[in-house]
Amino acid sequence: MTGDVERSGSGGPDLAAARAGEPLLELRSVSLSFGGLRVLDELDLHVDEGEIVSVIGPNGAGKTTLFNLVTGIYRPDGGDIDLDGESIVGLEPNAIARRGIARTFQTIRLFLNMTVKENVMAATYGGTKTGPLRSVLRTPGARREEREVERLAEERLAFFGQRLMGYRWDQPAYSLSYANRRRLEIARATATNPRILLLDEPAAGMNPKETHEIAELIGQLRTEGGFTILVIEHDMHVVEGISDRVVALDHGVKIAEGSFEQVATSERVVEAYLGTKAASTK
Amino acid sequence: MPQLPPDELGTTGQPRIGTDEWVASVEGRRERRSGLTGQLLDRLEALPFWQPLLVVGVLAAIFPYLTDSDYVVRVGFNALVFALLALGLNIVVGYAGLLDLGYIAFFGFGAYTYAILASNKFDLHLPTVPAVLIVIAASALLGLLLGLPSRRLSGDYLAIVTLFFAQIFVTFTTNANRITLPWSDEPFDLTGGPNGISGVDPYSIFGVEAVEVTSYFHIALVLVVVGMLALHILSRARTGRAWKALREDPLAAEAMTIPVNRLKLMAFAFGAATAGLTGSLFAAQQIGVFPQNFELPLLITVYAMVILGGAGSIPGVVVGAVGITVALEVLRGPAEARLLFYGAILIGLALAIRPWLRLAAVLVATVALGYVVHFVVGSLWPRSVARPPAESEGLIGEFVDSWMLLPTEPGTIGNVAYVVLVASGLGLTLIRPAWRAFVLPPILYLAAFVFENRLIYQPSVTRLLVLGALLVVLMNARPQGLFGTPRVEIA
Repeated sequence: MTGDVERSGSGGPDLAAARAGEPLLELRSVSLSFGGLRVLDELDLHVDEGEIVSVIGPNGAGKTTLFNLVTGIYRPDGGDIDLDGESIVGLEPNAIARRGIARTFQTIRLFLNMTVKENVMAATYGGTKTGPLRSVLRTPGARREEREVERLAEERLAFFGQRLMGYRWDQPAYSLSYANRRRLEIARATATNPRILLLDEPAAGMNPKETHEIAELIGQLRTEGGFTILVIEHDMHVVEGISDRVVALDHGVKIAEGSFEQVATSERVVEAYLGTKAASTK
Repeated sequence: MPQLPPDELGTTGQPRIGTDEWVASVEGRRERRSGLTGQLLDRLEALPFWQPLLVVGVLAAIFPYLTDSDYVVRVGFNALVFALLALGLNIVVGYAGLLDLGYIAFFGFGAYTYAILASNKFDLHLPTVPAVLIVIAASALLGLLLGLPSRRLSGDYLAIVTLFFAQIFVTFTTNANRITLPWSDEPFDLTGGPNGISGVDPYSIFGVEAVEVTSYFHIALVLVVVGMLALHILSRARTGRAWKALREDPLAAEAMTIPVNRLKLMAFAFGAATAGLTGSLFAAQQIGVFPQNFELPLLITVYAMVILGGAGSIPGVVVGAVGITVALEVLRGPAEARLLFYGAILIGLALAIRPWLRLAAVLVATVALGYVVHFVVGSLWPRSVARPPAESEGLIGEFVDSWMLLPTEPGTIGNVAYVVLVASGLGLTLIRPAWRAFVLPPILYLAAFVFENRLIYQPSVTRLLVLGALLVVLMNARPQGLFGTPRVEIA
């Protein structure tokens, strides 16, 4: 477990630099239908090691569905999803998370009645191995692991400056403000020591100052945490500020991909957001 | 908690964003208890869990020597058996949040397995330690099996399936005295059917046989204390956190590397093993097992204990178990039942009525109303006050005698009053709160009338009614249970 906890804490950035440019997550012609309706249609998508990729698109375009597919909540009807060259299709969500894909949820899903610190510590389950018997007997190994888990949680919470520090460690998660809940969700996701972080609308519901802060933090998550990041975001300032590459979805189909400028000026993207008339008068 | 200086916050020396004046100024906003009780409570909360547990455990260990009555010790033993059951159920319901209504079947399974392994039934007479180990392992295995549907079912659906299991267990044990085997013409008798299995071996540990109920009391006490300590440690460790996480949000738990299905099975197995172990102790103390020991009312009682004490709270469920066992026992005698009845009404009123002045007014009005009614009706119709109250020694008996209408023929009028009482109780919820204080005194007097004339003569019905009413009142006042922390479902 020690190795796992350390991995992205300190060795992360080097690892990311060494492997930069290789596809870490790759979706090949992935399709999914709900009740006879295509939600995602032959979608190809890749995220390279160390990249920040944004997924944009109108509501109902299939962005969150894409996240649910990658994290194993849905199983694709066709196509393949690879993490680091290995297929993860058909694995249980917890197994996929163990392999290094962590996510946040659009509708925040914290463990509301657990403390802030417990929320983060709970996410270390997959990276630790003390069983119930050893926990109860408090063997030296169990106590050491518990200390490491605690230290990791504190470190991950410290990532957000003072926001989740001090007395808040012992507060129940339901007492947090909306913005702090979003931060805690990100902290919890990073405690699984992921290789790739999927952030579902991290800036939703935040004021301009907080939005700016979260954009900066996403950048730091890559530089300091060493995480590759796939993010769904509606705030175009955030998307512009953080993205190496932008992918636009509409009705389950990829309609544009490239730099922010390329995608933002793409006729099909403007059409998807504003309608055909707007696109033609542009 | 000391505030970390900003430069220690991160792993790198970069300037940090995210200053938060609320965190910085926390000390000024922290609520503090004042006075002597406040200080005492602060001290108590600062103690490590095992210290108060040890003190209470030692005090409880002395308890059997303070009484000459075997009966009192047996009640204590029953309370501890229920406490063990509640602890096991607390894992399944309180931590993992699985509504397992088949729980009591594991208690029965443990008892029957022990009875089969160590009794005259098949002349097996296994020594206690291996027998109990087999019981624990078999119960855990059965728990795993019953937990399998929980992979697909949750909430109400799981409750229904497990409820069937509990019912099937009772039916099976009642009828498994004539199992037809393909290789034999003789029907095979496994459980003794309705007659159960008697002549179960007592516990025998290190060559010492536990015969006296006091010995069983001490064995149960050790198990409860060890169980509380183990559960306390477990709830704050990796497994406990994962259980709580899956209770809070199974999908999020799964996405955070927690294998939800495996943890559900583990919770079922742990709960079942605890119940099985308790069952073996119960069987050994009772020197026998019978199907009717494991029927549904027992399940409801254990659930009531966990809910009353506060699901998820270890001291809570134990206090709930002891409290309800003692309450049910006390309600067997009319005098004690009366105390509990009026006590419960007083507590309920104190919790429900604010301000204090209004509460005092209601109480005074109720007492005054009683004396007026007693005087007026008594002088018009002397037979309505002719009967002495049940078990009327002492001040309370005298008070009841001079306050309450006690007709010589209480049957019909008592039944009518009961119906009117239930109806007016329901009507009470429809009235504006401000008006309730005015209708309360007659309703309270009516309740006392029903109690003194009907309920007190039917203890078996009364204890369930009073217990139910007590639960309703307490759960309204503290939905999280006595020791539970209030839970937020949607926020």
